[in-house]
Amino acid sequence: MSADKIYLDYAATTPVDRRVLEVMLPYFSEYFGNPSSIHTFGQQAEAAMENAREIIARCLFCNPSEVIFTSCGSESDNLALRGAALAARQSRDAKHILISPVEHHAVSRTAEQLAEVYGFELEYLPVDETGQVSPTQVAQHLRPDTAVVSVIYANNEIGTLNPIREIGEICRDRGVPFHTDAVQAAAYLPLDVDHLQVDLLSIGAHKFYGPKGVGALYVRNSTRLLPVQTGGGQEFGYRAGTSNIPYIVGMAEALLLAQQERQTRHAHLLPLRDFIIAHILQVIPEARLTGHQQSRLPNHASFVFHHVDGNALLMLLDVEGFACSSGSACKTGSPEPSEVLTALGYTRDWGLGSLRVTLGSESTQGAVESFVVVLPKLIQQLRSMR
Amino acid sequence: MPSRSRVVVAMSGGVDSSVAAALLKQQGYDVIGMMLRLWSEPGKADSNRCCTPDAMAQARRVAARLGIPFYAIDAQQIFREIVVGYFIEGYAQGITPNPCLACNRYIRWEYLLNHALALGADYLVTGHYVRLSNDTDGRIQLLRAVDRQKDQSYVLHVLTQAQLEHALFPIGDFTKPQVRQLAESLGLAVASRPDSQDLCFLAGDDYREFLLRNSPGIASPGMIQTRSGERLGEHRGLPFYTIGQRKGLGIAHTQPLYVLEKNIPQNTLIVGTEDELGSSELMVEKANWVRGEPPPGPFRAQVKIRYKARDAWAQVNPLSANKIQIHSEEPLRDITPGQAAVIYDDDICLGGGII
Repeated sequence: MSADKIYLDYAATTPVDRRVLEVMLPYFSEYFGNPSSIHTFGQQAEAAMENAREIIARCLFCNPSEVIFTSCGSESDNLALRGAALAARQSRDAKHILISPVEHHAVSRTAEQLAEVYGFELEYLPVDETGQVSPTQVAQHLRPDTAVVSVIYANNEIGTLNPIREIGEICRDRGVPFHTDAVQAAAYLPLDVDHLQVDLLSIGAHKFYGPKGVGALYVRNSTRLLPVQTGGGQEFGYRAGTSNIPYIVGMAEALLLAQQERQTRHAHLLPLRDFIIAHILQVIPEARLTGHQQSRLPNHASFVFHHVDGNALLMLLDVEGFACSSGSACKTGSPEPSEVLTALGYTRDWGLGSLRVTLGSESTQGAVESFVVVLPKLIQQLRSMR
Repeated sequence: MPSRSRVVVAMSGGVDSSVAAALLKQQGYDVIGMMLRLWSEPGKADSNRCCTPDAMAQARRVAARLGIPFYAIDAQQIFREIVVGYFIEGYAQGITPNPCLACNRYIRWEYLLNHALALGADYLVTGHYVRLSNDTDGRIQLLRAVDRQKDQSYVLHVLTQAQLEHALFPIGDFTKPQVRQLAESLGLAVASRPDSQDLCFLAGDDYREFLLRNSPGIASPGMIQTRSGERLGEHRGLPFYTIGQRKGLGIAHTQPLYVLEKNIPQNTLIVGTEDELGSSELMVEKANWVRGEPPPGPFRAQVKIRYKARDAWAQVNPLSANKIQIHSEEPLRDITPGQAAVIYDDDICLGGGII
């Protein structure tokens, strides 16, 4: 990390934990075998992979045979949605897909394609102004021919947590597979799939101090899924392709650490998050917290500022040494208000002025204090340029 | 220059602005790359001349290679309103507008400059081929580039002292071949795209197609007449013709005929023979004098009435702060309302205005 820069974008990605890196290293050159091979090299790799699967299964309170390794959280979302929808159509002629309007694009774009190309009927659940889905609404929108329901566990843009367990119970009662995108949640929240009553759950390692390029999908044994990537029979036939052993090993270690250290990480981050939120709302006029006040990720503070160009703000912040993000993450200079903020009812002149500050292992009180000093000046500067 | 003075370089991904950035980086400036995301017609972003996804990727590669931060800034709305709006409106009023002038004045040297200053930069840098120097009384002079072929002072005559104070043009001292060599020696693998004078937002199209798409009612057919009122045929709409145009008039006549003027109230295109074309008198409005005020006039100077026109000697008479009367020593063909007349004292660009 650049020495003079302060990283406040842990929801985008996290650095690999040293301890995670350590356990990965032997699996690049020393134990390099292909776990599908018969010989000793293959067996060593397979042992490492199955050990990783067991670790992850313990974190999810599931059976190892229910953990599918993928290349990232997005792939997990794709496999869950497409796999479950196509299987439900094949087995029971289901054609209805129900998702929230605040899903990550990995879910919403997949659902849109299922509607546009595969002929499914896509319906969006309503959300309140904090971005939460109400279980009652799920009950009302479920149909006998619903193929799959997907509701994000913790939203990436606004940090809001959804009542996954309550929604899961309803879906379970109706016999409809329920998927949750837990990519942001995995770093900080319990992932007990039985408690959560989910049938499908996606994670991606780089959001919890693991490496990029690896993820997992929990698939309940009773849930029918068609493979999306076909080929060799890896991952119980759900996901073909030679297994990425070092990354899988790293992901398991990272998830284990995240679950073991959950209390201490919360204790570190919550006060910093609340300091930022309180300070910014107090000091900056026409500023609003986006998402839920209490029911939100412990490292996540997100705002909208009226009449501020969010992208210009990120640029100014970067030059000042603060790496943040916005709702309409856009490097090409063609900003549109994010679909999530639009779904929450924000108008364009608010939605374009979004800012996401996400904390993590290297965040300090000193860093957030200097941040809350700089931000109001930059906001004022941008407003005066209008 | 104070050490580590901060500059923002307007990068296009092309060789000129890439070399400009590299030169300043070499000189020890704290360099930030920026690209304006300008407006393009919906669905045509890929064929715009600048700020295409390709160009942006190229600029990012150059910035990464130089180890400088790079940001894209949204200027779509303001560009659509000010530059494209002016372009369409100009044609609707019968002139041949030069949107690059409006872009330089309001987008690059106001909107982008403000962003640069907001980042704490002292200078905005572009890859334009012009030079700056200091006048004896401390004012900044705008000079033609060393490479006369590439000189872009014509489009930058709109700059004021306040803007020039924050301007650097590092490649104006080099010829285009030298700039290409510099790019090579600096290890900048910049695609050698062909230079083009097409307007960036036309997306490779003819401007007439663009006008019809974006302002459907802009052109209505009318009569083609000579000065004496002889009716020769029908035109397809005045915006589709330029002063001095000969080809594509669609009329048969004993002598070659040229577009002399457009009579907007009567929607008539006036044509005539070559010797009727041209005039020595022109009036210029919305003038800008680079020094900030007109020189004591009348005075003799060189004048350029189009970007690629040759210099013409003329008597220049500043009538007021923003009005200039110009009397050229030879009659000038192609005097085109909407284009700029730019006035030079040899290498020094004194200013100019809209014909």
